[in-house]
Amino acid sequence: MAKGIFITPEKCTGCRICELTCSFSKFNDFNPKDASIRILSVEEEGLQVPMTCIQCDEPDCVEVCPVEALVKDQETGVVNYNQELCIECSACVEACPYGSITYSVRLSRIIKCDQCSGEPQCVKSCPSGALEFKELDSELKEKREKIAAHYSQAYKEVAK
Amino acid sequence: MYGWTGKIIRVNLTEKKITVEDLNMDDAKLYLGGRGLGSKILCDEVDPKVDPLSPENKLIFMTGPMTGTYAACAGRFNVVAKAPLTGTIGAANSGGHFGPELKFAGYDGIIFEGKADKPVYLHICDDTIELKSAEHLWGKDVFETTDLLLEENERYARVACIGPAGEKQVLFATVMNDKDRAAGRSGMGAVMGSKNLKAVVVKGTKPIKVADKERLTAAVMDARNKLKENGVTGPNGGLATYGTEVLVNILNETHGLPTRNWTASRFEGGELISGEYLAENYLIRNKACFACTIGCGRVIRIADGKYKGIVAGPEYESGWAYGASCGVSDLNSINKANHVCNLLGLDPISMGATIACAMELYEKGYITKEDLGGRELRFGDAEGIIEFTELTGYRKGFGDILALGSYRMAEKYGHPELSMSVKKQEMPAYDGRVLQGMGLSYATSNRGGCHVRGYLTSPEILGLPVKVDPLATEGKAELLKTFQDLTAVVDSSDICLFSTFAIGLSEIAEMLRGVTGIEYTDEEVLRIGERIWNLEKLFNLGAGFTRKDDTLPERLLKEPVTSGPAKGRVAELDKMLDEYYQVRGWDKDGIPTDEKLEELSLKKMFANA
Repeated sequence: MAKGIFITPEKCTGCRICELTCSFSKFNDFNPKDASIRILSVEEEGLQVPMTCIQCDEPDCVEVCPVEALVKDQETGVVNYNQELCIECSACVEACPYGSITYSVRLSRIIKCDQCSGEPQCVKSCPSGALEFKELDSELKEKREKIAAHYSQAYKEVAK
Repeated sequence: MYGWTGKIIRVNLTEKKITVEDLNMDDAKLYLGGRGLGSKILCDEVDPKVDPLSPENKLIFMTGPMTGTYAACAGRFNVVAKAPLTGTIGAANSGGHFGPELKFAGYDGIIFEGKADKPVYLHICDDTIELKSAEHLWGKDVFETTDLLLEENERYARVACIGPAGEKQVLFATVMNDKDRAAGRSGMGAVMGSKNLKAVVVKGTKPIKVADKERLTAAVMDARNKLKENGVTGPNGGLATYGTEVLVNILNETHGLPTRNWTASRFEGGELISGEYLAENYLIRNKACFACTIGCGRVIRIADGKYKGIVAGPEYESGWAYGASCGVSDLNSINKANHVCNLLGLDPISMGATIACAMELYEKGYITKEDLGGRELRFGDAEGIIEFTELTGYRKGFGDILALGSYRMAEKYGHPELSMSVKKQEMPAYDGRVLQGMGLSYATSNRGGCHVRGYLTSPEILGLPVKVDPLATEGKAELLKTFQDLTAVVDSSDICLFSTFAIGLSEIAEMLRGVTGIEYTDEEVLRIGERIWNLEKLFNLGAGFTRKDDTLPERLLKEPVTSGPAKGRVAELDKMLDEYYQVRGWDKDGIPTDEKLEELSLKKMFANA
C-alpha cells in the first residue's frame, strides 16, 4: 500500500522546521519559498496547518504536463518530477487544485513534494508529531483529502 | 558569505533617505549580530549622553548569523537603542517570524536615525525598500495595524510595529512583531514612537546560505536530541506542557515568588495563576517561534468580555507581574491584562509591577482616590489591572503617571524606595533575597532589572546545568559572569535563550562554525560574549552610571524574607559585588581595566570610559 504524509494540524506549533528542512535538504539553502511543504496560519482558530502535495490518485498536474515531466509512480503513489524534461510552462502550478506546486524563478524549476524517495525529511524533523509518514488506508486518505480541500483556497494565496 | 546576508539598511527618517550598506565583517566576526552587533553600531554612532527619545538616538533592528536557519531555536532578532526607561543601553529580544523574514529579504539589520516629520512605516520586499505614510495607522492598536498593513502590502509579509503606547512614548512601550511577540523591555517602542515610525513590514524570498551543510546538520541534530531529552525543553517537558508559567508553583514552593510588590515572597493564590491551571482551564494548543522545537507559546481562549477570542497567553514573568505582584489570583483577568499589553504595545512586566507599586502607594496613603480618577486601587484588584493597563497604553488619567514606570511614579509621590526596580527598570519574578545569584544578576545587568541577562534561576532552582544552593553567595560572581557572557552570545547568534536549558557553549559554537564557516574556538565564542558585556558596560559608564547604580531596592537589602527556607535573609549584595568586579577584571568602581579592554580588543570609547 502507498504511504503518505499524514498531517494533524491540531498538533502543529507553526515552527516551520519542516519548511526549512525541505529547502535545506533539497537545495542546500534555507528558504521557505523553496520548500514543498508550507505552513498556513489560520489565525482566528489559533491553528497552524502544514500543507503539501497529497500525491493525487488522478493528478491534474500529470494530466496537463505537455512533456511528461510529471509522472505518477503507481507503486509508491508519488508524482515524480523530472527537471530535465520540464519546459517551465507552469501549467501544473495552475492545474493543482490544492496549490501544492509552485514555480521558482530563481531555481528555474517547479517545487513539488517527492516524499524524499520514501524518507520524507520534513516528517523526520517535525518536533510536534503533526507530520507522520504512514500507510494510507481509505479512511486516512479521505480525511487527508478533506483537510487539503478545506485549506486549498487559502493555501493558493500563500503560494503566490 | 555564510550565515550573514552582508547587507544592512540605513534609513534616515529626517531626510527620508534609504541606503543599503555592506555589513562590516570585522565587527560581525567580533560581535556576531543581534544584541552584540546592534550594540556595537549604537556605541559607534550614538553619544551615550543623548536623550533616548530625541532624534539623536538610533533604533537598530538586528538579526544574527543563525537567524533564519534551522539551528536550534534560531528565529530571533534584537531591537537596540539607548533605553528611555533606564538610560542604559537597551537591547530587547523577540521571536516569532519577523527576524527570519528580514534575512530572507536579504538584510541582517536596519538602522533608523533621525525623526520623521509625520508618521511613516518602512516597507521592505526583497530589493524594494520604501517609506510609506502611516498617518492612517496612528492611534491604532497592534492587531489592527498589523491587519491593515498586511492588507495594503503582501498578505503574507511580517510586521513589527508599535501600538498607542509606543506612539505616546510610554517609557516601557514595546516593539511588537507577528502581533503577539514582543521586543519587550526598557522601552524600545517609545524610541520607535519618538521617531514617528509606526511599523516595519517585510517580505523576503531569498535564500540564506550556510558554510557547511553536513557539519551544521550534525550539530543541529545533536542540539535537537539534547533539547528533546531535557526535562524542561523536551516534548513532554515543563515548557511544552505548561509554558513558562510552569515556574509559578516551583518558585512559590521555594518562597521566592515576590508577592504584593515584594512585601511577601509566597503567594497564597499561586496555584490559581500557575502553568498547570492555565493548561487545564485556558490552553488550546502550543505555539512555537520560527525554527523552535520547544513550543512554549500558549494559545489560549478568553471566553468573556470585550477581549473575547483566541489570543496569546501570559508568560511566567507577565503572569507574575499582574498576579502575585499585584496580589491578583484571577487568571482570566491576568490573561486579559496581558492581552491588552499585546494590543497596546506595553511591557507586561513593567506594567504589572508599576501597578503593584501604585497599589502599595495607595494602601499606604501616598496616593489618593482623586489621583486615581475617583477609584481605589488595592492589592488583589483584578479589574484594576486591566483598567489601568488600558489607561497607561493611551496615557489617560492616572495612566499618564503609570506610563513613567514605577520609579519615576514613586519618586513623584515621595517614595522612590517603593519602586522594585534596578536602574529604574522593574525586576521580574524571582526574589533576589531567596535566589542570591539572581539578586547579583539584577544589580549588575546592563539594562537594569532583568532576568534574561544572566538567568541564575536555572542553576539555583532548576539545577541546570548544575545545581547550586540559591541561598549561597560563594561562587555566584563567577557563575554569573559565565551566564552573562554566554547569554550575550546566544542573544547575538541570534537564538532563543531557552535552548540553553539543554545545550551549552560547545553546541552553540559548533552550530556557529557550521553556519558561518569561521573556525572560532569555544573559548573565542565565549570571549565574544564577554566583549559584548564589556562594550555595553562602557556605554553605560559613558551615560553616567557608576558603582552606586549597581544595587538593589532597599527592600531587598534591608527587609528580611518572612517565610520559607530564606526566612530572615536579605540580598547579600555586598558580599558578591566586589568579587564580581574582580572576576570581570574591573576595578573596585566597576570600570573595566585597560588590560581587560585590550584582552577583548576593545578601546575606551567615551570621555569617562
